[in-house]
Amino acid sequence: MLMETKKLTKQFGGLTAVNDVDFTIEKGKINAIIGPNGAGKSTFFNLLSGTYTPSAGQVFYKGQDITKRPPDKIARLGVARTFQTTHLFEESTVLDNVIVGHRLRTSSNLWDAVFRTRRFKFEEKKCRDKAMEVLEFVELTHVMDEQAGSITQEEKKRVAFALALATDPEVVFLDEPTAGINPGETEGLASLMEKMVQRGITVCLIEHKMKMIMKLADKIMVLNYGEKIAEGTSEEIMNNQAVIEAYLGGGASA
Amino acid sequence: MVSLLKNRGWIIGFIAAGVLFPFVLPNAYFLHILTLAFIWMIAVYGLNLLAGYTGYLSLAHAGFFAVGAYGLGLLTVKTGMNYWLALILACLITSAVGLVVGLVALRTREHFFAIYTLCVGYIIYLIIDKWDSLTGGVRGLIGIPEPSNIGPISFQTPISQYYLIFAFLLFTILVMYRIVHSLTGRTFIAIRNSEDLARTLGISTMKNKLMVFVLSAFFAGLAGALYASFIRFIGPDIGYITIIFDLLTYLLVGGIGTLAGPIVGTFLIVALSQSLQFLQDYRMLIFGPLLTLLIIFYPRGIAGAYHDWRLKRKSAQRTRPQKEQEYFETEESEKQVKEG
Repeated sequence: MLMETKKLTKQFGGLTAVNDVDFTIEKGKINAIIGPNGAGKSTFFNLLSGTYTPSAGQVFYKGQDITKRPPDKIARLGVARTFQTTHLFEESTVLDNVIVGHRLRTSSNLWDAVFRTRRFKFEEKKCRDKAMEVLEFVELTHVMDEQAGSITQEEKKRVAFALALATDPEVVFLDEPTAGINPGETEGLASLMEKMVQRGITVCLIEHKMKMIMKLADKIMVLNYGEKIAEGTSEEIMNNQAVIEAYLGGGASA
Repeated sequence: MVSLLKNRGWIIGFIAAGVLFPFVLPNAYFLHILTLAFIWMIAVYGLNLLAGYTGYLSLAHAGFFAVGAYGLGLLTVKTGMNYWLALILACLITSAVGLVVGLVALRTREHFFAIYTLCVGYIIYLIIDKWDSLTGGVRGLIGIPEPSNIGPISFQTPISQYYLIFAFLLFTILVMYRIVHSLTGRTFIAIRNSEDLARTLGISTMKNKLMVFVLSAFFAGLAGALYASFIRFIGPDIGYITIIFDLLTYLLVGGIGTLAGPIVGTFLIVALSQSLQFLQDYRMLIFGPLLTLLIIFYPRGIAGAYHDWRLKRKSAQRTRPQKEQEYFETEESEKQVKEG
C-alpha cells in the first residue's frame, strides 16, 4: 500500500464534496476512481495532491501523514499529477515545456543562473536529459522541437504525462487523461499507462470511459455524491447493485 | 544553436550602436534623450521580469523608481554619503520595500494584484509628496551630485554619463538574459503558465514570486537612483501614476515577456514622442489608437510578433509534408469512429 486516506472529507460551505472516504492505492498497480459527474472525483484528487486541505480525515503516503502539506512538498515526496486541461506554454517548444518538470530535483538558484556556476551547467544538462528521457518514454521525440501550441490534443496529453514523469514520481495521478480524444488514441494512452506501471510507477486515474477502465484497472473505487459506494476489481464493480443504480438511475439518485 | 548565434548578432549590433551613437550623432539633446531612455529601459526590464515572465502585473513600480531616486538623493544630499555607496544602498532600500510590499501583494492574483500594487504605488507617491521635512515635498530635492570618480574616470560630462548609464543597461540585460535562460527563469515562466501546475511540479511558488518581486523592485530602484544623479533634481511626480503607465506602454509596445521588448518599446515610443513634440498633448490622439491596434493584433508586442513569425516559419518549413499526412489519417480515423 503506497497511499491511504482515512475518513477523508471536504466541505465547501454547506456542500460536502467528499465524505468519509477510506481508500488505498496499491503500489505498482493501476488504481481507478470512477463516478458520475459531480461525484467528487476531482476534489478527491485535489485533496491527495495537496491542492485542497481536507476538512477532516487524513492522507498517508508510505505511512507518513501528509494531510496538511502544501502541493510542492507533496510533489517532492514523489507524487505527481496531471490536470484535466493541459496548461502548456504554447509559444515555446515541447522540449522547453518539459525541462522545468525536473526542477524540483535541482537546487541551483538565482546566483547560479547569473554567474553560470558549475552547478548551473550540471543541473541544466540534468534537466534537459531528463526531459529527453521522458519524451522518449511517452513517444514524443519527433515533435520535441515543435511549438507546443501546434501539436495535437493527444500529443498535448502525452506532454502532460511527460511533465509529471519528469518529477521522478513514485505515483502519478491522472485526471481524466483521455478526455476529448478519439478511441484509437485512447488505446495508445492506455498502453502508455501500462508501460508506466511496468517501470514501477503506480498509477491512479479518474476516468469516464468505462470500457477502457474495466480492462485497464487493477482496482476501482466508485464515488457517488462524495461517498464511496464500491471498491474492488472490475468484475466486482460491474456486478455491484449500488454502482448500477448510480449509473443507470434508480432509487438512490432519483 | 543558430538562434543563439542570431541572438549574439543582435546583441553585438546593439552594443555597437550604443557605443558609436555619440560619435555618429554628436548632438547634446539627442544624447540627453537617449540617456534618459536607457534609464527607463532598466526600469522596464525590472517590470518585464515580473509582469512578462512571471505573470504578475505590478503597478507599484513607479513608486519603487521614486524610492530608488529619493534613496540616492537623500543619502547623498542630506548625509553627504559617497555616491557609489549611496547607489548600492538606494537599490537595497528599494529591494527591502519591495520585499515588504511583495509579502502582502503576492497573496493576491491578477486584477486584485494590479489594483493592490496601484494603491501601493500611489501611497508611496503620497508619502513623498506630504513628508515635507524629509523629502522636501512638492519643492523637490535639489543638488543631487553626479556620480563620483572611479579612480581616474570622472562622470562630469554628458558623454561619460551616457556611457555609464549604458553600462548599467548592459549589466541589466546580461542579468536578465542569464535569468531567463536558466532553470530559475523556466520556473518563473511555469508560474506564469499555471500556478497550480507549477506547484504540483514541486515549485514553491510563493518563494519564487517573492524573489522576482524583490529583483524587479531592485532594478526599478536602480533606474530611479540613476535618474536622480543624471537629472540632479527630483520631485514627487517621478512616483506618480503616469510614470508606471509610461513604463507599461514601453513594455507592451516592445513586447511583454520578451528580452528585446524593453529596448524596442522604450526606444520607439521615446523617439516617436520626441519627433511629435510639435503636436504637444495632442500626441496622445496618435498614441492611443496605435497602442490599441497593437494590443489587438500583436498582444506580445513587436518583439513577440517577430519571435512568433520566426518560429512559425521555421516549423512550417520542417513539418509541412508530415502535417498533411496526419490530417488525412485523422480524417480516416474519425470516419471509423462514426462507423463504429
